[in-house]
Amino acid sequence: MVSVGNHPNINLMAYSEVTKVDGYVGNFTVTVRKKASYVDTEKCTGCGVCQDKCPKKVIDQAYEAGLGYRKAIYKSFAQAVPKYPVLDRENCTFFQKGTCKACEKFCEANAIDFKQEDKYMTFQVGNIILATGFDPFDARRIPQYGYGRLANVFTSMEFERLSSAGGPTGGKIVLRDGVTVPQSVGIVHCVGSRDKHYNNYCSSICCMQSLKFAHLVKEKTGATVYNFYMDIRAVFKDYDEFYQRVLEEGTLFVRGRVAEVTDAARLPGEEGKLIIQAEDTLIGKQRRIPVDMVILSAGLEPRRDAKEVGKLFGISCSAAGWYIERHPKLDPVATMTDGVLIAGCAQGPKDIPASVAQGAAAAARVAGKIQQKEIAIEPIRASIDKDRCSACRICNNQCPFKAINYIEATAEHRAYSEVNSALCQGCGTCVAACPSGAISGTVFSSQQILAQIGGLMLLNVDGNGHGARVEEKLEMVPA
Amino acid sequence: MAEQFEPLVIGFTCNWCSYRAADSAGSGRLKYPPNIRLIRLMCSGRIDTTFVLKAFANGADAVLISGCHPGDCHYVEQNYKAQSRFLLMRRMLAQMGIEPQRLQLLWASAAEGTIFAAEVTRMVEEIRALGPLQWKTDGYVPSSVVGHPSGLQEVHA
Repeated sequence: MVSVGNHPNINLMAYSEVTKVDGYVGNFTVTVRKKASYVDTEKCTGCGVCQDKCPKKVIDQAYEAGLGYRKAIYKSFAQAVPKYPVLDRENCTFFQKGTCKACEKFCEANAIDFKQEDKYMTFQVGNIILATGFDPFDARRIPQYGYGRLANVFTSMEFERLSSAGGPTGGKIVLRDGVTVPQSVGIVHCVGSRDKHYNNYCSSICCMQSLKFAHLVKEKTGATVYNFYMDIRAVFKDYDEFYQRVLEEGTLFVRGRVAEVTDAARLPGEEGKLIIQAEDTLIGKQRRIPVDMVILSAGLEPRRDAKEVGKLFGISCSAAGWYIERHPKLDPVATMTDGVLIAGCAQGPKDIPASVAQGAAAAARVAGKIQQKEIAIEPIRASIDKDRCSACRICNNQCPFKAINYIEATAEHRAYSEVNSALCQGCGTCVAACPSGAISGTVFSSQQILAQIGGLMLLNVDGNGHGARVEEKLEMVPA
Repeated sequence: MAEQFEPLVIGFTCNWCSYRAADSAGSGRLKYPPNIRLIRLMCSGRIDTTFVLKAFANGADAVLISGCHPGDCHYVEQNYKAQSRFLLMRRMLAQMGIEPQRLQLLWASAAEGTIFAAEVTRMVEEIRALGPLQWKTDGYVPSSVVGHPSGLQEVHA
């Protein structure tokens, strides 16, 4: 990340979002809103004094997964790039109550600027890559797993922070009380994934993540670990070898989707524990397994705003919500919109090596385009014969890609509409809509289709499969 | 065996969804009646009223318009335009004495080969029960109306 921040050809705009995209491949005009962080990045040295002196503590829902605190003025994490902190207006004592200003008092570089405003910037680009990632599945949506209600049920994100040396417990695996080390841990696979009630797809990373958790728990606590799984998806290099290692370490695997996590004890030995109920399909019996801690391996979901963001850039989402690639096998990083590419989890759940590969692929594609200086486009396009165009403008609104421009009348010519071939995607809706017949669509012209209809009718097939020619004169209308 | 009426159905399918649905019905070896003949368009939004009229005029007993599910159109929203045109066309055809069932709309995504095959089978049977299109075409048949208001030719049926 540091080399990205330092690279002379990379303009890293943090705390910003794209608000508008106009144009087409090779000629995009992008408008970006740089949100007010109330820190002047020209002056800030990243020393961190403002964070030390800030009196307002806030639960860090993002980086610490709700398990730790940050201040109202904060950096996401110690090694964040860029190094400038951001002031969270909603939690800042000055913005909410009008007092404090401790950060401004102690900042030696005079970098705090409470009057800062959002800035809008516009620039030209030739290609766009969307690598907007995923949102984690909210485990609260499955009430029978007890997350949010039963204290010692953790999500995968929370456990990542627990097990991290830089996390809120310094890497110690402990229960919610912050002290007790669990003696038994249950890890639940497929939470919110492979489930027709939530998301049908497999989230790809959770099996390996669950194995990692099992390994870490064993290593740090020596507790008894149960993994409740449906299938073990350990498909890439060295993945299955890791699964075998976890098996050898003594983690117990129960094949069955977990039905319920409860604290209602029914049998001896269950008092004060969390009981995981699941069918062990390999032995064909229901099992109730008491544990101290439950970790839910939650799945991946598309970003909440994926559809709106996709609309901004002119790309669409699949039924599951991931961005649609040009071809699932042969072209996974391009989209149907020339010049806009996708990479990483924005295209579908995948792990780090796969995301890196897609990122590199998208970058290579763009580098290739930049080299070429010209682009080849599919010939399936609409074009308007301006002599036939009556300037009714019905076609202008038919186009979802804003590819039709209206040219006002001048002294030299009357008004007419015109198709921008770079933006046109060839759907043909305007061709059908034109009342003057002024728009023709190459490859799928009206003459071609009418001829096909005529041709299909030439042979009538009876119930016994015998054909009979229907006499008909086909007239080809000159283009 | 008695001579059964074999309806002729022309189906307009969109390249990205319904044509691929028909393809996946094919690769799945699913059987559906040969009475339907498919024409591939890039998008259901390409459907011009003249296509439907020509199909009926030339002897089709029914026309099927098929495209991507609402919200899933490859070109964002053109299937909604196809739907508007379909609804208007149904009304217009009814004015001409063509039963509304003869023009049908089906949304099918690329993976829904089974649904495509099942719907086509159902539609063919429905049209078979309805009978052949009783639309007299002796005399004048518009061979093409695109761009040529005087495109009427005399054709001997």
